[in-house]
Amino acid sequence: MDAFLNQVFAGLATGGIYASVALALVMIYQATHLVNFAQGELAMFSTYIAWTLIDAGMPYWAAFFLTVVIAFVLGVLIERIIVRPVERAPVLSVVVVFIGLLVIFNSLAGWIYSYTIKVFPSPFPKEPVHIGSHFFSAHQIGAVGVTLVVLGLLYAFFRYTPLGLAMRAAAQNPDSSRLVGIRVGWMLALGWGLASAIGAVAGMMVAPVVYLDPNMMAGILLYAFAAALVGGVDSPGGAVLGGFLVGVLENLLGAYVIGNELKLAFALVLIVGVLVVRPSGLFGKVHVTRV
Amino acid sequence: MMPASPATAAPTASSKSRIIGLAALLLAVCALPFMVSNYHTFQLTLVLVYAIALLGLNILTGYNGQISLGHGAFYAIGAYVAAILMDKFGVPYWLTVPVAGVVCLATGFLFGLPALRLEGLYLALATFALGVSMPQLLKDKHLEQWTGGVQGIVIIKPDPPFGLPINPDQWLYYFTLAILLLMFLLGWNLLRGRVGRSLIAIRDQPVAAEAMGVNSALYKSLAFGVSAMYTGVAGALGAIAVQFVAPDSFGIFLSITFLVGIVIGGLASIPGAIYGAIFIQFVPNIADEISKAAPWAIYGVFMIGFMYVMPVGVAGAIRIGWARFRRKAGGSGHHPG
Repeated sequence: MDAFLNQVFAGLATGGIYASVALALVMIYQATHLVNFAQGELAMFSTYIAWTLIDAGMPYWAAFFLTVVIAFVLGVLIERIIVRPVERAPVLSVVVVFIGLLVIFNSLAGWIYSYTIKVFPSPFPKEPVHIGSHFFSAHQIGAVGVTLVVLGLLYAFFRYTPLGLAMRAAAQNPDSSRLVGIRVGWMLALGWGLASAIGAVAGMMVAPVVYLDPNMMAGILLYAFAAALVGGVDSPGGAVLGGFLVGVLENLLGAYVIGNELKLAFALVLIVGVLVVRPSGLFGKVHVTRV
Repeated sequence: MMPASPATAAPTASSKSRIIGLAALLLAVCALPFMVSNYHTFQLTLVLVYAIALLGLNILTGYNGQISLGHGAFYAIGAYVAAILMDKFGVPYWLTVPVAGVVCLATGFLFGLPALRLEGLYLALATFALGVSMPQLLKDKHLEQWTGGVQGIVIIKPDPPFGLPINPDQWLYYFTLAILLLMFLLGWNLLRGRVGRSLIAIRDQPVAAEAMGVNSALYKSLAFGVSAMYTGVAGALGAIAVQFVAPDSFGIFLSITFLVGIVIGGLASIPGAIYGAIFIQFVPNIADEISKAAPWAIYGVFMIGFMYVMPVGVAGAIRIGWARFRRKAGGSGHHPG
């Protein structure tokens, strides 16, 4: 039973990471109906930036916040410069551009930092924490905590600030929003910036566990896709719940049923399964196309 | 912007010169292995292999508009079918190619069935997942007795038959070339007629196509199956040429390489597959000298750049340039197009 609970908790810890990346995906999807295939690589690249800052002697939390800001700016720039020209292009062109971005960030990281694995520090103490009779690693608890803080901040931002309201309006009804004076284009760019910043946080939280290398996000991106789809690709709350769900399921199945080697196949089955059985996910809107 | 449909039936006057041109090209292609080293012959064989795979992906993505980011998986299945048949069952190499094709036709058709319900982005997601998880599936310990796990399988290079006075590399080149010609002829036949028009109609106007009586479900899964078959045949040929298969050579980046190939060669174009294959075979070799990561950076920049300035790819650019040249050279006597 103890082992089982530990597995569940470890699942929640990785689930938090999936939830963050899934949330970043959903934010961009809601605003533009596009799935950003480069989300994972952006997060990976931001984590390298953090590594550079820490390596240069900056204290962890200063590097952390500076990286979030840099990632935000990077996201805004990418939307403005690269994504905007293909905004109205067919899906295939957009997917090709995203895959192009994925490849560019991956190879840039490899070019600048080499493909050797790097150790990324955790801001949390090394000693395990015990709650009752259970031992948990401090980093796991810290990562879940950071994820929850990010989610709380985002919720507050979208729910209680005028800017958040404007962003929601721009995503839901761009034409009417434009009529009341919201600069829809900039709201999209802001959405990209936020998504990129969330990705950076997720990257910095997962890097101490999986180690930092240019390919560290490929699997995580897949789980985040699965999480976003399970929760409903246009539902932020669903994506978060989906993230935790996928994390726990992945860990339990890995430990007790299919073994660690087939975890990615689980994501594949989950993605195809959800898309076929219930494409709108648990909390998503059912799409009806008018012919 | 989607590229235009392939050139319609050419006027008879130019079709004769076209046939002469094709024959000269074929002759030159046949002479190539005698003019370059064995290693370069091997590289050219890979160009042919990639061209078959790219034509396969182009049938699905270029002509039918179904985005696949996981075609490396079908290439892997084809390669493994060939390798396992040769290594474990002693099947002659030439027989493994059609078997790989049939296996991939079936797999592709089956994967295409659920994919029918997925449009655009979602299909891209599902196939992306397939591409990412393929190496793990190949490493699975239940399959290890056949696949050789992480170690992969080493196969022996076939010797030229009938005592032909050429070396194995040259023989493989001609063997691959023969299959490429067959596959391209089949593809051309399939795409120029009713089926090709249906595929394009489904891509451009799905609702109108259905209203005109095109069986969308049938054609879409057919396109998936045929596309996977082409890629599987290419995989088998690639495995024979490289003499080695291992799970990690069939990751998501292989699938992305194929996507790069069709984008640069030209979407919905048959010759585009060849231009794309030349690009993905030789550009990384040149770029490798700058840095190990450089080929991918160049791939990425080319992908985005082509989408902005030349969405019709190299094939489309050549077509447009040729038409312009003819209009200028032909003067007022010819009617364009």
